[in-house]
Amino acid sequence: MADEGNKVVDALRETGFFKPKKMYDGGKVIVGIIILFALVAFPFLYNVGKAAKAPEPEIDTPAIKKLSKAERVCVEPRPYMKVNHMKLLTDWRDQVVRQAKRDYVGFTKKTYTMSLQNTCLECHSNYDNFCNRCHTYSGITPHCWTCHVNKPKEWAAGKLKEEK
Amino acid sequence: MPEVPKPEELMKIDYRPPERPWMETKPEFRGGRFCNAASPKWLEALDYPYARTWSVTDEDWNLPENWKDIVLESMHDRLNRFRSLRLFFDICVRCGACADKCHYFIGSGDPKNMPVLRAELLRSVYRRYYTVAGKLLGKLAGARELTEDVLKEWFYYLYQCTECRRCSVFCPYGIDMAELTILGRELLSSVGINTEWVMASVGSCYRTGNHIGAPPHAYKDMIDFFCDECEEVTGIRPRPSFNRKGAEILFVAPSGDYFADPGTYTFMGYLLLFEYLDLDYTISGYASEGGNFGYFISHEMGKRLNYKIYSEAKRLGVKWILGGECGHMWRVLNQYMDTWNGPADFLEEPVSPITDTRFENAKSTKMVHVTEFTADLIKHGKLKLDKSRNDHIVLTYHDSCNPARAMGLFEEPRYIMRNVCNNFYEMPQNTIRESTFCCGSGSGLNADELLEVRMRGGLPRANAVRYVHEKHGVNHLGCICAIDRAVLPPLLEYWGLDVEITGIHEMVANALVFPGEKKKTVDLRDRTLKGVEPEEIEEEE
Amino acid sequence: MGFNLACYFSLFAVIVLVLVPFVGAAAGWHVIFGIVIPYLAGFIFLAGLIYRIVKWARTPVPYRIPTTCGQNRSLPWIRRSLRDKLENPENTIHVIGRMALEVLFFRSLFRNLRTELRPWREYPEGGRLLYWSTKWLWIGAIAFHYSFLVVLSRHLKFFTEPVPFFVPFVESVDSFFQIYVPAVYMSGIVLLAALIYLLVRRIADPKLHYLSLAADYFPLFLILGIGISGVLMRYFFKVDIVAVKQLAVALVTFHPTVPEGIGVIFYIHLFLVSTLLAYFPSSKLVHMAGIFFSMTRNMAGNNRAIRHINPWEYPVRVFSYMDQENMFRKQMKAAGIPLEKDTEE
Repeated sequence: MADEGNKVVDALRETGFFKPKKMYDGGKVIVGIIILFALVAFPFLYNVGKAAKAPEPEIDTPAIKKLSKAERVCVEPRPYMKVNHMKLLTDWRDQVVRQAKRDYVGFTKKTYTMSLQNTCLECHSNYDNFCNRCHTYSGITPHCWTCHVNKPKEWAAGKLKEEK
Repeated sequence: MPEVPKPEELMKIDYRPPERPWMETKPEFRGGRFCNAASPKWLEALDYPYARTWSVTDEDWNLPENWKDIVLESMHDRLNRFRSLRLFFDICVRCGACADKCHYFIGSGDPKNMPVLRAELLRSVYRRYYTVAGKLLGKLAGARELTEDVLKEWFYYLYQCTECRRCSVFCPYGIDMAELTILGRELLSSVGINTEWVMASVGSCYRTGNHIGAPPHAYKDMIDFFCDECEEVTGIRPRPSFNRKGAEILFVAPSGDYFADPGTYTFMGYLLLFEYLDLDYTISGYASEGGNFGYFISHEMGKRLNYKIYSEAKRLGVKWILGGECGHMWRVLNQYMDTWNGPADFLEEPVSPITDTRFENAKSTKMVHVTEFTADLIKHGKLKLDKSRNDHIVLTYHDSCNPARAMGLFEEPRYIMRNVCNNFYEMPQNTIRESTFCCGSGSGLNADELLEVRMRGGLPRANAVRYVHEKHGVNHLGCICAIDRAVLPPLLEYWGLDVEITGIHEMVANALVFPGEKKKTVDLRDRTLKGVEPEEIEEEE
Repeated sequence: MGFNLACYFSLFAVIVLVLVPFVGAAAGWHVIFGIVIPYLAGFIFLAGLIYRIVKWARTPVPYRIPTTCGQNRSLPWIRRSLRDKLENPENTIHVIGRMALEVLFFRSLFRNLRTELRPWREYPEGGRLLYWSTKWLWIGAIAFHYSFLVVLSRHLKFFTEPVPFFVPFVESVDSFFQIYVPAVYMSGIVLLAALIYLLVRRIADPKLHYLSLAADYFPLFLILGIGISGVLMRYFFKVDIVAVKQLAVALVTFHPTVPEGIGVIFYIHLFLVSTLLAYFPSSKLVHMAGIFFSMTRNMAGNNRAIRHINPWEYPVRVFSYMDQENMFRKQMKAAGIPLEKDTEE
């Protein structure tokens, strides 16, 4: 190649003088790559050796057990409740608080009173093994319990210390 | 010389980009906007390839048959040698922060003068040949074939960049257009596309030692003439030595300082200062050029010219080297010389013989900037200065691009100016220090045929001078660059500014009080000093 | 404007990218969109980025060329402020400081100015250049990058079991105002707003529009698509979060399974993210890694004190002193200049 007529350059090029041989500042670059790798691999490394077990909320409370098999349904079908219970609760709140409506007709045409504490928690009285299972697993902190009591019976019985 | 529109006309700058996409527009080679092609004799003298006669305005540039392969191979070669080229091609996000930072864009409104787009002219070719997307999607991926038109476009816009690095200050990734311009010009050189102005300077410098082509004896003549001048205006005759072995210091100045006014006054300033100090120094007719036009077009050529300085310092057996006021010269000396032609283990760590100050910041390169040297003298009270002798000067200071952005030389010249001149005013803050504007004619663009581009590029600087001129009555613009001293006078004249250009050491010499000197009535330019009555001058005559 | 094409093409490309998983998930190709493509994209991202980095690292830096934006270290009595040290570093510590400012706070972008040529009758040439400090781009860039970082770190809750302590903390700060249920994350709003700003800016500023390529619009539309699909999923079209987390955990524990019943909006979100990951290394987005390599920023301005070595520096042809003396000996002698070799003696 004619590079400013420098024969030396041509000769050196023949010998591979200009071919990259190594990483320059290799140490620093490798540290950089390790940091990048660590950031990307963090979730992978974090979970190593942990079984990916899906949470199983328990639905064997006394109140549910009392129900017949046919009656053992929530206000809406289960897949819907799994995804949308939050939306439903928000709707309930709006209807109760803003429109003073208290009745909700479920998908089985049964009428329920729209109340988290009195209706939902009546059946699902096992907060720790029901609500909390999925919420903890998914890293969700619902704001329900800043006003509501999550274990109304225990609270009524004075078993819970008042929390701030 | 091509005609340049009047300032009022030139000021009507249209910043709206054209309708057609940039890949579809071609530069118009109009007089005043391009440099002439280099004549073959210079290329031959320098062993540059494809020396031939051609003209920029010709349709056919007479390129070698396999020009495309050569250019692409040159690019490939540089991609493997310069991380900067590869990185700067890869990471630009086209945020546009650099766009209105370029003095050529500000002065012309030509969108291809936005550094981002100027780089894109090269980058688009890189994409076409080095990226998968570019190969597959072509234009949609911002890639394009290398054609003769592309090459012409490179030539047009790479010679509208002064390698001043202002864009690199503002770029969030530090992308440096100067780097791309130098490498792009190397690509052009690989198929024999060079400009006469640069190649004539480089060719002259290679053989005679300096850009102006003054052989040693002519250089000595010029210096003798300056000594006469000094004697005439001050009564003191400097006694410089020439090619003297065993001197302590080798002094290297840019040729601009002994070529023409007002640079010559700066040279006289150096001579008087050294005389005052009785400095043991010598000037060389071989290393008679501090500046380096070679660096503007190629790293290799820069090294070939720069070689002379260390080689001469070694031959003469000096202890260290002192460098004059010059811009790109100091980028080369500061950032390249040691790597190119060092290590300078035959020299000693610079120590000022007057103050015993050790210039630790130059302990490897062993070359000291003259403003560092002088600032140190003033700080140690080694100079008797009469500031009032510069009272006719109302001064502002132009940070020359490269001492600013490739060195960080901000305070030394200011310290000197404040000590030799009573009236000093800074230009607006976004036009000085690291944000300083180029003179518009650096990096080999100071050719007369490029006048329009130069006047446009110099607009931001001239406009900032206008501001202090109107506000504070500034009548002198100080600078530490020989190109500045050569090109700012026509620039300021064009923009109708009655402001003189002065080197820092000219003012030092004006203020210097020699023991037993005759009463000073005029400055180095033979202008009457303030407070001197006309009769006093007549008395002397 | 001619380059509208680039903008439309990018928008069109992203719309296609939305439709692909829409159709694919409906057709039941959950394994492909839930497992194969994310793994592939993750691999391309990491391998591609490392390839880029190694490629840069294997190319030498022949010269030390920092852009100096502050007073250099010279004479001991010339004061160097902290700013000078960070803008013109003289040692590794300063360089780290400069790089930290650049990477964490976008120092150089913070300098941004707007240049305006304004008619000015007082000046004979009739115009005056004004330079305005302008921080919009800096604000937009900072808002975009940091909100993206917050969004990204919040997503860790899907990939980790148990969720590390800092994730709920980030979340609670991010949803501090507790507007709407579920609580609105500020980062989401900021991210979308910043993206829209960056996009509008690119389209509305004629200069910028002129120089923009498809490669500039595409990432904006893509990330906008990711953000919008994420917002829709969180606030409007709910998906089974537990199932999503099961899928995510399955991916990172290398036990890939696809739980039933995740809404299609999730597959759109995931596919766009996969596209971004795969696109990343071959795009301008590599500036994320490239910034660390920028030689005008990561080198110390101590050139004259410490010699920089170029691994490929080669000898060049020079014109020596003797060449010159041989050329001008007679004249030099006549001028009284000392000679090395006086042939006439």
